[in-house]
Amino acid sequence: MTTDTAQRRKERIDRGIKVRSDGIYALLSWRELAYLSVPRLVLILGILALPLLMPGMYWQRVISIVCIYAFLAMSFDFLAHYVGLVSLGGAFFVGTGGYIAALLNTTFGLPPLVTIPAALILGAAVCTLLLIPCLPLRGVYFAIVTLMYPLFMARLIEALDIFGGTDGILGIDSFTNPWVEQYFVVVMVLVLLFGLRRLVNTDLGLVLRAVKDNDQAVRASGMNVTRYKALAVFIAAGMGCLSGACLVHTYMWAGISQFALDFSVLPIAATVIGGSGTLVGPVLGCLILVPASELLRDFGTLRIVFYSLILVTFIVFRSEGLMVYGQRKYHQFQRWTEI
Amino acid sequence: MEILVYGTINSVALALYALGFALVYGTSRLPNFAHGALYVLSGFIAWSALNTLGLPYLASILLTLIVTAIIGAIIYQFVLIRVRGMEISEIIATYAIALAILEGLRWGGFKGMTYTLPAFIEGSTSIAGVSVDYQRLLVVIIGAAMVACLWLFTHHTRIGLALRGMAQDERAALMLGIDSDMMALVAMALGSSLAAFAAVLLMPLGNIVVESGYNVLILAISVCIVGGLGSWAGAVLAAFLIGFAQILTAVYLGSHYQMVVALLAIILTLIIKPSGLFGQQKELEERV
Repeated sequence: MTTDTAQRRKERIDRGIKVRSDGIYALLSWRELAYLSVPRLVLILGILALPLLMPGMYWQRVISIVCIYAFLAMSFDFLAHYVGLVSLGGAFFVGTGGYIAALLNTTFGLPPLVTIPAALILGAAVCTLLLIPCLPLRGVYFAIVTLMYPLFMARLIEALDIFGGTDGILGIDSFTNPWVEQYFVVVMVLVLLFGLRRLVNTDLGLVLRAVKDNDQAVRASGMNVTRYKALAVFIAAGMGCLSGACLVHTYMWAGISQFALDFSVLPIAATVIGGSGTLVGPVLGCLILVPASELLRDFGTLRIVFYSLILVTFIVFRSEGLMVYGQRKYHQFQRWTEI
Repeated sequence: MEILVYGTINSVALALYALGFALVYGTSRLPNFAHGALYVLSGFIAWSALNTLGLPYLASILLTLIVTAIIGAIIYQFVLIRVRGMEISEIIATYAIALAILEGLRWGGFKGMTYTLPAFIEGSTSIAGVSVDYQRLLVVIIGAAMVACLWLFTHHTRIGLALRGMAQDERAALMLGIDSDMMALVAMALGSSLAAFAAVLLMPLGNIVVESGYNVLILAISVCIVGGLGSWAGAVLAAFLIGFAQILTAVYLGSHYQMVVALLAIILTLIIKPSGLFGQQKELEERV
């Protein structure tokens, strides 16, 4: 005989307001309009207000770095959870974008507002071309190959002593004005976030998700899987290169450390903590992790240990992440039911 | 002649790196990205057993093998068992463990010239005019013996056969009463202690360096990809191919390009024969 406690279970039910606001009827009531728009407005206004709320230059700089990591984290989330390509080499994108922006700036004297878009397009093209041979790979194999790329690029620059070798490229222009720098990255985060959310629900996004779930079916429908993967990598690499380009203009320096592990690990940790597959989650994760890592700056490489342990804990005990948990609480309620 | 001798030694070293990874991934489908980290960690365990605890060399090697096996089992039992089957989570979890171990060691100040393990036998001899120290000879002999032992283990013992059964068809293996979780635990423990084995055998050739953790992982995986998993012959052949290619590039192009060889080997294999040298159909489906 089982006890009473064993005979009940939790059930989750959508809140009435969620069901009502799913349809066009949301437009008929202020309450439902608010239900839909408040979370989005809180996000948009909150992110826009962040630079204003920060005390002093130092923390404003931290906000820029948060946004730069947020690009990377979103690109990881997009590739991993909407295309099924787990890329452990975010640093490859950062480094490529960073070096391209740095070279354009120092050699041709182009201003940051030209080099950043140029680095985005060029860098994405370079990364995609270099990754194309590996695109047929799946899962573990793709992960390991992408892990190798940044190590390999760093070695290559060291060995050939090109692009300033181990010293890196110095004397890169910064943004003309700190407010331009702040608001450029902040607005880009919002644009990319909502752009990606829209993209994954278009027909293209549907095909990409099909590639993740069952690529044989996509192939059977007469679509070229590798071409779609290349397109997705182009988008993700573009975001990575954008963060690299912003980073070199913020620090006014490009070097081998742009291929370092930090840029591969922190975005992954942010994605897992924030909630994988939500695209908002990674931004939230960065908002938590990057300031935490600034506070831990004195500990050196112990920071990486710290992210890794958080990462393991989250993936084992709370693999859904904060955002998914929050969405569930917002949309659904739980209750015990007798069986 | 030098190329032949050092190429052989390098190839056996590569095979030793890859054995543990291949065993774990080949049997339980767990990509153990912490393999390289366990390799470095066991080097430090051996060092501290030898220098801090003052144990004799043989005892500290045995201790290292056992401790690393236990660490591997702990990683499986407390972390991997919960994420098993979710590929993305498996990769991220093991990778994070690897980073925690390696960066923790780096933070702990384990770097520099001070951390070396002594050779088993000092001195050197010459083979066909090339001087080779005894340690490198031992690496080749013990490495070859290890591959043979593993082959015998997986083909002629109950546990080994159970592991292979899991690799072929997990569901059928479960029906025959093979405990899948137990076997994965055994595989992780064995794989980790193989990493430790490689470490104590190869580390006397140089310093114990934290960075080598990443290289070992990459080399191990490139050997597995080129060779095709589940086939010992393929892994050994791949180790020899990559090993000789590395020595040749080091001699003719410069040692900076050694890592490029591994990457090129992976890419070429995937383009020309995606299932690996001796891979079977199952792997082909998994990869492309």
